[in-house]
Amino acid sequence: MSAPSPRAPLPRGPRPIRVLVAKAGLDGHDRGAKVVAQALKDAGMEVVYTGLRQTPEMIVKAASEEDVDAIGISLLSGAHMTVFPRVLELLEEGGLSHVLLTGGGVIPEKDREALLASGVGMLFGPGTPTAELIDYIKREVALRRGRSK
Amino acid sequence: MSTTPRPPDAEAILRGDRRALGKGLTCMEAMDDEALRLLDALWERTGRARRVGITGPPGVGKSTLVSGLIRAYRALGRSVGVLAVDPSSTVTGGALLGDRHRLGAEAHDPRVFVRSFGTRGSTGGLSRAAPFALDLLDAAGFDVVLVETAGVGQTEIEVAATADSVAVVLSPESGDAVQAMKAGLLEIADVLCVNKADREGAAGLVEALEATLDLGAPAPWRPPVVATRGLEDATALFEALETHAEWLLEGGRLGERRRRGLGGRLKTLVRELLSERLLAGRDALLDARAAEAASKRRSLLDAARSTVEEILR
Repeated sequence: MSAPSPRAPLPRGPRPIRVLVAKAGLDGHDRGAKVVAQALKDAGMEVVYTGLRQTPEMIVKAASEEDVDAIGISLLSGAHMTVFPRVLELLEEGGLSHVLLTGGGVIPEKDREALLASGVGMLFGPGTPTAELIDYIKREVALRRGRSK
Repeated sequence: MSTTPRPPDAEAILRGDRRALGKGLTCMEAMDDEALRLLDALWERTGRARRVGITGPPGVGKSTLVSGLIRAYRALGRSVGVLAVDPSSTVTGGALLGDRHRLGAEAHDPRVFVRSFGTRGSTGGLSRAAPFALDLLDAAGFDVVLVETAGVGQTEIEVAATADSVAVVLSPESGDAVQAMKAGLLEIADVLCVNKADREGAAGLVEALEATLDLGAPAPWRPPVVATRGLEDATALFEALETHAEWLLEGGRLGERRRRGLGGRLKTLVRELLSERLLAGRDALLDARAAEAASKRRSLLDAARSTVEEILR
């Protein structure tokens, strides 16, 4: 009999991509976040949905407990230049710099570029087809998982 | 086992490092070599937490009650680890894990740790992975470890049943007492909770549950039936669970229950490990026997028996 090892574990197969979807800021428009959450789920990802009015501290606490590959923040309130850098900073402090930080909302082009240069991932504007976001997350997470091995 | 120094990630988990625990739970999810290593290092630290299971049909308000329970435990200064199990899509394998959202402010408390698991299909091994995840939360030092599952599949019900005390939550909309009996929910309940008690039919459901309990043989513990209206009086559920905890502490009942639970888990694990090893590399044999049954050369039962004989020869 050819047994693999005397204490063979019971692996469950490859891990689905896990994404935290959060709505930051004080506005109550979470439709976009919900649409994205549903689309990512339909693409085979495990989506941890945290709901409205999340602070950067809450988002990073959740990301570490849930051990996610990516964080998607929806932001319509104009606070993107404070929220994204703060989340990035907390991720680095918490040893979570492997986590992809992405998101979307109403964010001017020049702010997007500045955030991208600072280490935030791509940010998507309203009306972006969800397929674009899904492809991006799949590509980035595959890269990052490969790197951390 | 305890003679070798603990690996750094196990040490980090014991120190209360959130990220290390998050990663450790991922190992439990995967049930891989890393999981084995962590469990070996931390097994001696398990058995200290009070474990509570919450299950019931979807939509009865389990998460809201869990939120209320967390509040009650936190008010007593106890730290709480939560494992929330939600169904994965059987088609895409994806899952929307929304419990964190429903737990609200409780999830942000620094002495509360919340982890969501997707069921990842019926063969995904949730029945093994989830109890080990509870072991890890226990070893990490949480005073209370809560597991919440939707009582829709046998596996989800079994996972909740590994707890020291199990609350089954129903609501007037979730069906009658007979349906709960059929689903196997009543037999695992230490506490029965009728939530959304302000809705029509709640009093009738409480009565029906009491009547169903009357029908059963007298047991040393009769599950109390409590009525709740969400967060407002989740304390009623909390108190019923605490009464059960006190009852368990008398006469070594808790130890006995845990030994039985571990015995059951051991048997399941051994069965799975055995079949995995015995069936490794036997696909051709299985295919051949299946073809014989399909072409009516043997009955299916005869095909199964002769396959076993051949494997064990």
